[in-house]
Amino acid sequence: MKILVCISKTPDTTAKIAFTDNNTKFDTNGVQWIINPYDEWYSLVRAIELKEADASTVIHLITVGIADAEPVIRKALALGGDEAIRVNTENSDAYYIAGQIAEIAKHGQYDLIFTGKETIDYNGSSIGGMIAEFLNIPYVALATKFELNASKAIITREIEGGEEICEVELPVVVSCQKGVAEQRIPNMRGIMAARTKPLKVTEPVAFESLTSIISFELPHAKAGVKLIPADQPEELARLLHEEAKAF
Amino acid sequence: MPVLIFIDTAEGHVKKASLEAICYGAKIAEQLNTAAEGIVLSEVKDDLASLGKYGVTKIHHVNSVALNHLDAQVYIKVIAQIAETTRAKIIVFSNNADGKAIAPGLSVRLKAGLVSGAVTLPDTSKGFTLKKTVFSGKAFANVSVNTDKKIIALNPNAYKIETRDGVAEMIPFQAAVDDGKVKVTKVTKASGEIPLTEAEIVVSGGRGLKGPENWGMIEDLAKSLHAALACSRPVADAHWRPHNEHVGQTGIAIAPNLYIAIGISGAIQHLAGVNRSKTIVVINKDPEAPFFKAADYGIVGDAFEVVPKFTEAIKKLKGIA
Ligand SMILES: Cc1cc2nc3c(=O)[nH]c(=O)nc-3n(C[C@H](O)[C@H](O)[C@H](O)COP(=O)(O)OP(=O)(O)OC[C@H]3O[C@@H](n4cnc5c(N)ncnc54)[C@H](O)[C@@H]3O)c2cc1C
Ligand SMILES: Nc1ncnc2c1ncn2[C@@H]1O[C@H](COP(=O)(O)O)[C@@H](O)[C@H]1O
Repeated sequence: MKILVCISKTPDTTAKIAFTDNNTKFDTNGVQWIINPYDEWYSLVRAIELKEADASTVIHLITVGIADAEPVIRKALALGGDEAIRVNTENSDAYYIAGQIAEIAKHGQYDLIFTGKETIDYNGSSIGGMIAEFLNIPYVALATKFELNASKAIITREIEGGEEICEVELPVVVSCQKGVAEQRIPNMRGIMAARTKPLKVTEPVAFESLTSIISFELPHAKAGVKLIPADQPEELARLLHEEAKAF
Repeated sequence: MPVLIFIDTAEGHVKKASLEAICYGAKIAEQLNTAAEGIVLSEVKDDLASLGKYGVTKIHHVNSVALNHLDAQVYIKVIAQIAETTRAKIIVFSNNADGKAIAPGLSVRLKAGLVSGAVTLPDTSKGFTLKKTVFSGKAFANVSVNTDKKIIALNPNAYKIETRDGVAEMIPFQAAVDDGKVKVTKVTKASGEIPLTEAEIVVSGGRGLKGPENWGMIEDLAKSLHAALACSRPVADAHWRPHNEHVGQTGIAIAPNLYIAIGISGAIQHLAGVNRSKTIVVINKDPEAPFFKAADYGIVGDAFEVVPKFTEAIKKLKGIA
């Protein structure tokens, strides 16, 4: 079994969201970078569990990004995985990133490609589905459970108001979310081992972007909370009904 | 060259998110002086022609049992055939579970720029730009689509459903349908409950409720408002409530009309999943709880005292008591 886990770098969940250069760039000043939580907690940990269950499993990690993505991919290696690949390029749109990953995956003979459900900065939820189409293999989005049974994957995925269980022949691309695995903390041994694990840097292939971000904006600030005394919940109900017209 | 709208169904019924997508797609078609046409894959129970009242003039229907369950790879090929036949340049999806599964692959197949999580109509005054949510609802990005063909995945609850007079013409579409590699073996639906992402009103509980045994009053409140239930992450982690109710940055992102947060502190990661709600109500005994800063209405008080009375007041207003 050969697994490719896609790892992206995102601002910490408490990072202040601000923009510079006339609102065209994310202000990275003072921002801490982390492994995108969906990639770390769910897809990577599930891949590690699969390796623990079958030692012949090989896990490769991939990130598309310039050198500043290395601390994040090293941390991912500390959690587990055998080697990492960094495609050395500035990130562009999802099509471009997925194209780069697909190019590597084409030559890697992976049985399984894991992505996170979405990045918490761009919220595209797109890369996994794009990689699958580039490779012409099935895609299962928003998995909440993942099991292997010989050459088949048994996957539970989220649907509106419920869940669906499906069986898929490998290879398959799966986007992972909560339920697939439980968060782990890297231990000292893992951190030491990560230093000697191979991290290959490859140059990007020529590829286009189909979309571009022109500018960012912040939502309008709220007017402020209207407080209602605790002994008058009927007043809250009335305001919601008459003023906010919320029901 | 119509605007195509993918109309998503579950067990033969059209999803609410798709009605929003239809109205949205119809508006784009109007902006561009063209028609809006729907795509339905699978067998259906609803009267599809009546979807004309949301703005579609035609519905291309592939009435195939093989499409009753989603296999993204198979769906993509069928939708691409319809796009080719109709020479459509714009295809609209809801950014729901199925939309997220299909739209990215279709974008690759058609080499059509994709904007997922769109919240506004496109600005076509110069180029083609759309606003989408980024940073988990903490900001928006204006995205330019630089290709001739375009795919938009509209966030649920981002566009209002409006009806008019109209009946859609049904066009049976003979598509080549591949054998899929994904076999759906079981579907479990929380029957009778309102899907969280589609709900107009959401009632949500946090660690302040002390334990799962106290959820009765939360359920009563939700019932009185015909609302879906949600919870904070620690509540789901402690298995007080199922994982599919967990909202926030690492859970489900929602944007209902009304979000009522009870015993939730309002951590930044929680807010990230709910801050696009139109009206936010916070009930918390701590006046310093950060959630009050993001709220429209609030009560500083003990949930165990406030909530039952609040539910009674709502029932009275709605005439259910
Ligand atoms: C990377 C990361 C991702 C995360 N993602 C999410 C996410 O997606 N969703 C999420 O929710 N959290 C998330 N969290 C966790 C988040 O930081 C908070 O820990 C969590 O939201 C707190 O949940 P809570 O408000 O229910 O509990 P608490 O913070 O313990 O708050 C309980 C609240 O209840 C109030 N209270 C107590 N008793 C009563 C009473 N009798 N009546 C009324 N009020 C009462 C208290 O005043 C308090 O404000 C994430 C954290 C990290 C680090
Ligand atoms: N630059 C990147 N390098 C590697 N994987 C990525 C990158 N960006 C996104 N991904 C993967 O794709 C998933 C979905 O990202 P997105 O489509 O941007 O929401 C993430 O959870 C990652 O697993």
